[in-house]
Amino acid sequence: MTQEQIKTAIIEQILEIAPDIDEADILPDKNIQRSLEIDSFDFLKILTALNEVVGVEVPESDYAKVDTLEHMCEYFKERVKS
Amino acid sequence: MIDCTLKNKVLNEVDAKMKKNWIEKKAEDVTVPPNLMDYQKVYQSFQWDSVSKQFEGLPSTGLNIAHEAIDRHANGLLAGKTALVWLGENGERRTYTFLEMKKLSAQFANVLISLGISKGERVFTLSTRLPELYIAALGTLKNRSVLCPLFSQFGPEPILQRLVRGDAKALLTTKALFEKKIRPLLEELPQLRYVFLIDVEEDESEQIRSLSCLMKNASDVFDILPTDPEDMAVLHFTSGTTGMPKGVVHVHKAIYTHWMSGHYVLDLHPDDIYWCTADPGWVTGTSYGIITPWLHGVTNIVDEAEFDATRWYRILQDERVTVWYTAPTAIRRLMRLNSNPLEEYNLSSLRLIQSVGEPLNPEAVIWGMEKLKLPIHDNWWQTETGGIMIANLISQQIRPGSMGRPLPGIEAGIVMHNDDGSVTEITEPNKEGELALRPGWPSMFRAYLHNEEKYANSFVGGWYLSGDLAYKDEDGYFWFVGRADDIIKTSGHMVGPFEVESTLMEHPAVAEAGVIGKPDPLIGQIVKAFVSLKTGFEPTEELRRELIGFGRKRLGTAVAPKEIEFQQSLPKTRSGKIMRRLLKAREMGLPEGDTSTLED
Repeated sequence: MTQEQIKTAIIEQILEIAPDIDEADILPDKNIQRSLEIDSFDFLKILTALNEVVGVEVPESDYAKVDTLEHMCEYFKERVKS
Repeated sequence: MIDCTLKNKVLNEVDAKMKKNWIEKKAEDVTVPPNLMDYQKVYQSFQWDSVSKQFEGLPSTGLNIAHEAIDRHANGLLAGKTALVWLGENGERRTYTFLEMKKLSAQFANVLISLGISKGERVFTLSTRLPELYIAALGTLKNRSVLCPLFSQFGPEPILQRLVRGDAKALLTTKALFEKKIRPLLEELPQLRYVFLIDVEEDESEQIRSLSCLMKNASDVFDILPTDPEDMAVLHFTSGTTGMPKGVVHVHKAIYTHWMSGHYVLDLHPDDIYWCTADPGWVTGTSYGIITPWLHGVTNIVDEAEFDATRWYRILQDERVTVWYTAPTAIRRLMRLNSNPLEEYNLSSLRLIQSVGEPLNPEAVIWGMEKLKLPIHDNWWQTETGGIMIANLISQQIRPGSMGRPLPGIEAGIVMHNDDGSVTEITEPNKEGELALRPGWPSMFRAYLHNEEKYANSFVGGWYLSGDLAYKDEDGYFWFVGRADDIIKTSGHMVGPFEVESTLMEHPAVAEAGVIGKPDPLIGQIVKAFVSLKTGFEPTEELRRELIGFGRKRLGTAVAPKEIEFQQSLPKTRSGKIMRRLLKAREMGLPEGDTSTLED
């Protein structure tokens, strides 16, 4: 998966959980939960769904490393099997 | 005969297995001598009047929460002690002494008085956990105005309902929350005289003000005027099953309960570092995140960020937290970590963990013993009770799954409802009924704002009826069974199905909506809506997503349904009331029970 494909997959999952969000509001360096009002349960659902799509599981202890869109992309990029 | 023997044998085995889980407390388990050692003795001899000597009283006469929590410490030996440690989302750390909190809250009280906000008038807050929220809370109480904290993840609809019902005169919020959730409502809020924006440098108008500008010009000296212990102090909203949220009125005298429970349940000692993870938008975050630690002159940790397992362990370690008050949802998240926290973090300061919000499952209590070498103590109370009523105590045996025993000064019982509307106490142990309390404890709610009838109906035959079903075992430990009504408990927060249904019905496609709490292993229940559509609308995936988005936008994440299921029509009684009970039974695959009132 390319960086761009990963980004698209993340955005898709965010919009799946929170369809009220405007894609333009998903800023690369903003905390996803705080800026988009996604609670920790929904955040967990997003990561679970992304595991299905991207094939990378984010353990609870790494949640701080996937706090922004940018960080999440990097996290998956490093771990995804090319 | 054989059957009976077998049954007894099985019961005894179950009993023995349960008892094996009981956690006995030994003197060597505790690092600090507990404030309560002999439960029976303290319970029997306790008098509420005795708590009064813990307070100084106002110089101008009366009892004021802010004076007892902050000013009296600031005027004495604790002036230079850290009252608040604030941890910002991005790693910032700020501390405030009792003296600083006294001065800052005095400034806020002077701001209110200069703008003509007077005694009894409601000052709302809608903010993430910023220091200004805590300062404003105290300043509001000093001015004898009424503090109404709202959860920042509410959407515009729940916010509007609460501001209107609570007669909001002023609101403290942030620029982002204001723009997103308040500005579009302003026309519907003619009574709202002022909005204070925490993070704005200039006033926008006579109504929309910069907090920092106002604070700059306000004196840091404020003499609290006489406050009657029965004066309204805090207003929290709680969900209803058949109506919109109700404003639950609490008075300054509630601090008797806060002090007592801080002493016996949180076992607060002067050197404790205390962290309550609840948001002040919920009653725990006010009673135990603001008032109680400071009544005891204890250092209080506030973390701005949302739950993050590693961050939380780091806070426990770095801040050397000794007493931690958290919630089952968070504990279950920590359990997912599948690590050994004691190997990764130094948690040697931590000596007591209490939990509230929803019943704590026995596995979580046991997990605490295994992974943190500390049991997790469950306790029970609700918005109406103002403070902890039933609890597991640091010095007492824990029966995992039980909420514990009533606190000193609290009489709890299990009652059954009779056909004539009266109630009778069930004295037989292990028999299920409604959990009830004898009225009169100091933090008991004094009213549902503007709803005297509802308030009166909460008391029957000399009991306050909690709406929770429970039973009491032979030794006086209480065990939660479920809600007697349809109220949903999600992530420890109450959500009223009616409020959610009303909003969904405003969508042009929705004909009917029925909302239930669907059991969830992580957050207790999730809000799930069943929806039937008006003619001309199809139950498509696109519409489902639109409704999820609609709910989030109007209600906010804390209240909005996370699941929506379309149905041709919803089960209703012959009088047209949607049978949520039946929706829930079907969802859970349980027997449908009595369906005699179901329409044909």
